[in-house]
Amino acid sequence: MNIFMRFYHRLASPRHFYQIAGQWIPWLGAISLILLAWGLYEGLLVAPTDYQQGESYRIIFIHVPAAWMSMFIYLIMAIAGAINLVWRMKMAEVVLVSSAPIGAVFAFLALVTGSLWGKPMWGTWWVWDARLTSELFLLFLYLGIIALHGAIEDKRTAGRAVSILALVGVINLPIIHFSVEWWNTLHQGSTVSVMGGSKMDSRMLRPLLIMSFAFKFYYGMILFMRARNEVLDRERNTSWVRQIAEGKAS
Amino acid sequence: MSEFLHMGGYAFYVWTSYGLAFVLMLVLFVSPMIEKKRLIAGIARKLRRERREK
Amino acid sequence: MTPIRKKRLMLVGLMVGAVGIAAALALTAFNDNLMYFYSPAEISAGEAPSGHPIRVGGLVVEHSVNRQDDGLTVAFDLTDNNKTIKVNYTGILPDLFREGQGIVALGSLNDKNVFVASEVLAKHDENYMPPEVADALKTAHNDGIAQQAARSLAQ
Repeated sequence: MNIFMRFYHRLASPRHFYQIAGQWIPWLGAISLILLAWGLYEGLLVAPTDYQQGESYRIIFIHVPAAWMSMFIYLIMAIAGAINLVWRMKMAEVVLVSSAPIGAVFAFLALVTGSLWGKPMWGTWWVWDARLTSELFLLFLYLGIIALHGAIEDKRTAGRAVSILALVGVINLPIIHFSVEWWNTLHQGSTVSVMGGSKMDSRMLRPLLIMSFAFKFYYGMILFMRARNEVLDRERNTSWVRQIAEGKAS
Repeated sequence: MSEFLHMGGYAFYVWTSYGLAFVLMLVLFVSPMIEKKRLIAGIARKLRRERREK
Repeated sequence: MTPIRKKRLMLVGLMVGAVGIAAALALTAFNDNLMYFYSPAEISAGEAPSGHPIRVGGLVVEHSVNRQDDGLTVAFDLTDNNKTIKVNYTGILPDLFREGQGIVALGSLNDKNVFVASEVLAKHDENYMPPEVADALKTAHNDGIAQQAARSLAQ
């Protein structure tokens, strides 16, 4: 068995996942904190004023990384859902369930910061254009997944149900992304693209990318923290969890 | 410094955004720590009860 | 991969495919409702629905903005670089409203073919740069136009 497969199988075992994740959490947190500090410094102090929107555009350094995270986390959840449905892998279910509240928070943050940006620039807190509406739908998908998982008693059934919902909702991701191209929207088009140049000064683009990496590591840390709790809860009757509980409590 | 805080007149919108992000990310960080304490305490309580019943 | 997993994988693929097709059909059917605004060309061609307020989006024509003495009423021309319509609006304008700016107005055409708006929102573009870069670009753009004009005159 090669190293990758061994690593995969170790992570697939709840007990080993608990250990490995526990070792990773401080590192993920430290990297995220350093990137956050660097990104905030660059975004608030180094990045120049925008020619059109003045200082208000600095909301972008929260808004855009949060919106990206809300889509990125959903994609992770849909992939975990597919893995769970096909391979019945317990850890995929744990990743899906643990990610949902984090994704919901980022979707909410993207919507509220967008609103706080829209009021001074567009002149309104909210419009029902395709971009804003599809992002709101994403928040509702997250809330639906959380609610559905809470509503079903049996963990395995609940896991399968949310896997299907996560997978069905993945259609919304391309709709969010292309909404500004397919329809007339009040929201502007994409500034940053993987292919081809970004329509942004490099001193503004740098903090945006740093912040988005900071958010990614932050997500990794919170995901591991939540997943460890989920594992503890599910394995509460095994001897290794009992040992942890005894060590801490007696 | 005060010019920096003023954000060209958009202080309310900019700082509310950053403040909200900070608060939400802090809540997301603290809540699993509390949850873990609660979980482990619950499991330990159950273990003690089992031992007493033996 | 075991046959049962292969079957499950196919079912998952089918499910996503089916939902994708359903979404595509639904979005195509409601395409008009998903458009946040119409362009002046579409409105002059009569493609916008009448009877209820609609939104029109375009650029504010340079030197067309006329403010009344009350400071709240404003008249300007809106263009999509194809057709232009006149807009009247009374109320508070967003900070970004200025000549050359993209805006979206909600209202309806009156009998004189003037668009009477009850709400004006600014639509900014996806470019972000410091003012000096914007000035440099504008100068370069104007130089380009001047050079083009000079060239066409010379021909």
